[in-house]
Amino acid sequence: MSTAKPTAIVVGGGLGGLWATLRLVEAGVAVDLFALFEVKRSHSACAQGGINAVLDTKGQGDTIWQHIVDTIKGGAYLADQPPIKTMCEEAPGLIRTFERMGVTFSRTPEGLLDLRLFGGVKYKRTVFAGSSTGQQLLYGVDEQVRRYEDQGLVRKHEWWEMLSLVLDGDGRCRGITALDLRSLQVESFAADAVVLATGGLGLIYGKSTNSSNSTGAAASRAYQQGAAFMNGEFIQYHPTGMIGDDKLRLMSEASRGEGARIWTPRKPADPRDPKSIPEAERFYFLEEWYPAYGNTVPRDVASRAIWKAVKHLGLGVRGEDRVYLDLTHLPRDFVLRRLGSIIDIYEEFTGVDPCETPMEIFPAPHYSMGGLWVDYERDAAGGMKHGSPRNHQTSLPGLFACGECDGAYHGANRLGANSLLSASFSGRVAGESAAAYIKGLSRVTGADLGPVFEAERRRQEAVDEDLLASNGSENAFTLHRELGQIMTDKVGVERDNRSLDEALSALADLQERSRHLSLDDRGTWANTSLPYARQVQDMIVLARVIAAGARLRDECRGSHHKPEFEMEIPEGKFPGDPEFEDYVTRWKDQNERWLKTTVARHTPQGPEIEFRPVDTSVLPPETPRDYR
Amino acid sequence: MADTIRFKIRRQDRPGAAPYWQEFAIAYRPEHNVVSALMAIRENPVTVGGERVAPPVWESNCMESVCGSCSMRVNGRARQACSALVDTLEQPIVLEPLSKFPVVRDLLVDRGVMFDSLRRVKAWIEIDGSWDIHTGGPRISPQEWDLNYALSRCMTCGCCMDACPQFGTDKAFIGPAPLAQVLLMNGHPTGKYLRAERLHAIMGEGGLTDCGSAQNCVRVCPKDVPLTTALAKLGRQTTAQLFKDIFGG
Repeated sequence: MSTAKPTAIVVGGGLGGLWATLRLVEAGVAVDLFALFEVKRSHSACAQGGINAVLDTKGQGDTIWQHIVDTIKGGAYLADQPPIKTMCEEAPGLIRTFERMGVTFSRTPEGLLDLRLFGGVKYKRTVFAGSSTGQQLLYGVDEQVRRYEDQGLVRKHEWWEMLSLVLDGDGRCRGITALDLRSLQVESFAADAVVLATGGLGLIYGKSTNSSNSTGAAASRAYQQGAAFMNGEFIQYHPTGMIGDDKLRLMSEASRGEGARIWTPRKPADPRDPKSIPEAERFYFLEEWYPAYGNTVPRDVASRAIWKAVKHLGLGVRGEDRVYLDLTHLPRDFVLRRLGSIIDIYEEFTGVDPCETPMEIFPAPHYSMGGLWVDYERDAAGGMKHGSPRNHQTSLPGLFACGECDGAYHGANRLGANSLLSASFSGRVAGESAAAYIKGLSRVTGADLGPVFEAERRRQEAVDEDLLASNGSENAFTLHRELGQIMTDKVGVERDNRSLDEALSALADLQERSRHLSLDDRGTWANTSLPYARQVQDMIVLARVIAAGARLRDECRGSHHKPEFEMEIPEGKFPGDPEFEDYVTRWKDQNERWLKTTVARHTPQGPEIEFRPVDTSVLPPETPRDYR
Repeated sequence: MADTIRFKIRRQDRPGAAPYWQEFAIAYRPEHNVVSALMAIRENPVTVGGERVAPPVWESNCMESVCGSCSMRVNGRARQACSALVDTLEQPIVLEPLSKFPVVRDLLVDRGVMFDSLRRVKAWIEIDGSWDIHTGGPRISPQEWDLNYALSRCMTCGCCMDACPQFGTDKAFIGPAPLAQVLLMNGHPTGKYLRAERLHAIMGEGGLTDCGSAQNCVRVCPKDVPLTTALAKLGRQTTAQLFKDIFGG
């Protein structure tokens, strides 16, 4: 099979997928871009606060090295470091490129890019566009992809869902099968390389900050066909989610970066209106517990502090699961200009004006640090080698992954405003790397893969036919709610092995039940129940990976917290103090055992997990995280 | 009845099929919005008459009014269903698909024409390529930014198109949303290099002059995009372009 012109398939049209598309096209590769809906509606649009890049334009002496250190330590050393190094080095160049695309970044009085403060950081390093930065970045690349589409270099397949990969006899990825979400036809598509940019998996937790299409189903399908999945147990809870019945809408970390404070009344279940509670009777627990970083500690630290204040100290507002996020002390003009769109969201859904009344928030599942395992090649300078086909290639040759669906960069906890960066950067790299891989392929592979494509297409079609005909007793929507409940109750902010064992057994039951579905819609036109049912089945498979990793990892690291194994920094002790140094020794011993990448492989019985060493060649783990 | 939420939903099985109505009632919850209510209906799709039917089909994604997916007519008005809070709506809540786009099924419509229009007006900035050229974009004053940012919040949701009396499947008018993007791109220091091409694309049939100034668009826009201001400014640009085309210069 020889193709005249090289082609690639990109699955997913958020920031990662669109960046990959641009770089593939620019390398002379024609792209078939698949997405569940118009790419402009992707979840990247929900990112609010900003994107990190060291511009050092605020007179604070920020450095790229500090960005590297903050990212590595923010992730509790769990991420391989060469890709982080290169990402931070190339972040300013990415921002410059976005700016040329016309992205409406907020400006200083001189007309230059403005910067704001974000969590886990001491310098202003976050470029932003009001408080809808993700939307603006997404639109910037969407417009460039449309320009290439207009030139016939990109073919969009919107309203198509990837069902599976097509692998040849050597296990090499040669294309995909996909479902036309309107006609329900299953078709196969060949390409020289496939890039997955399919986003997060928050829907596995039922209610999260994620969009309702962020199910992780595509990553799960690749995993079930043999792609390794890394660090699944690391799920970030965003400290400031809105309380919601249907969704936990995000209240950006930018609010705290701009000066908002988190507090709760000192008196349990204080019935008073928050505005009438005097300063002395308010507990600004983040500022008290972490004076050096205050309200802008990293997310895992902030979420656990809120958890502690509410669940352990019993200090939730009115005795409920919530604390205040307060920006009423900031000038209204300032707040509206810098944070207008998130203020609108809060007001729209609660009817309360955050400039007048403190917002009520609680930690919400937000981001998966883990994802498909991806490779990289180290260069002589210790970074990721430019143009290497190994970069962002999954364990299946010819299959690449970028954006939230890959597991690189963020280790055990992601810093705020690093996700728009990693999504864009990894998309760019995956596009370049897939193009390099294609160039290295022998153009004439000989074997006719027609029967392989047809067999896979037929296999997927049969799954649909079986589901449409099935008369089981289970309802996919109900199973999804139960899945969310299990994960939220037993695989959440604080974890323990007994609950995790219960979760694993409940998930195995759920998986068995998910084989006996019955659909209320058996139609063959734009039936949304059918793809949803398949997503639910695939979500359960991935949930087992998350829970199994959490069960095995007997330590606290970043977002993964098991109080039984907690090793706290001795109170009031700092470097130089023997008690602190003793803590550092114990911390290093723990790293010997647990500073390892969790790598899961699919088997019919469930995930098989191994632990692999982490590349810490840029910043060896000598000093623990300390945000006090 | 306070303990239930009642819906009247316009159904249509496929393009070209005859529409019909069904009524549903779900248990009351104070925080329901139209999308979360539709989710409750789809889990147990039984009409008020007790008939178990195929769940209604609609489109939604972000649930926070930023992706533009879930546009539909709620009690006669085009809006984002996710931010239509049940407590603020008169019952039965009447749900219909957007009226100016082809129906795919039930509340799901095909808004492809809006994206085609963005292509037609070249709603992008020509750059040499998406690699770093070691220099950023041009400076933009905070005052220019104010208007640009307001225009760039357009999420192609189609509410303005639904409300516009001049836009429809049987009409040529390109509609307010793509026009506002022309102003955004023409206002950018490098985007304006394509200004003449964009203006020519909206100066012919179905272009700017088809706007009837009903001003409905700006009233329904969920993102407060200053659509009528944008169209007025574009009017001045096209007039200037017309003189340029005739007299040169």
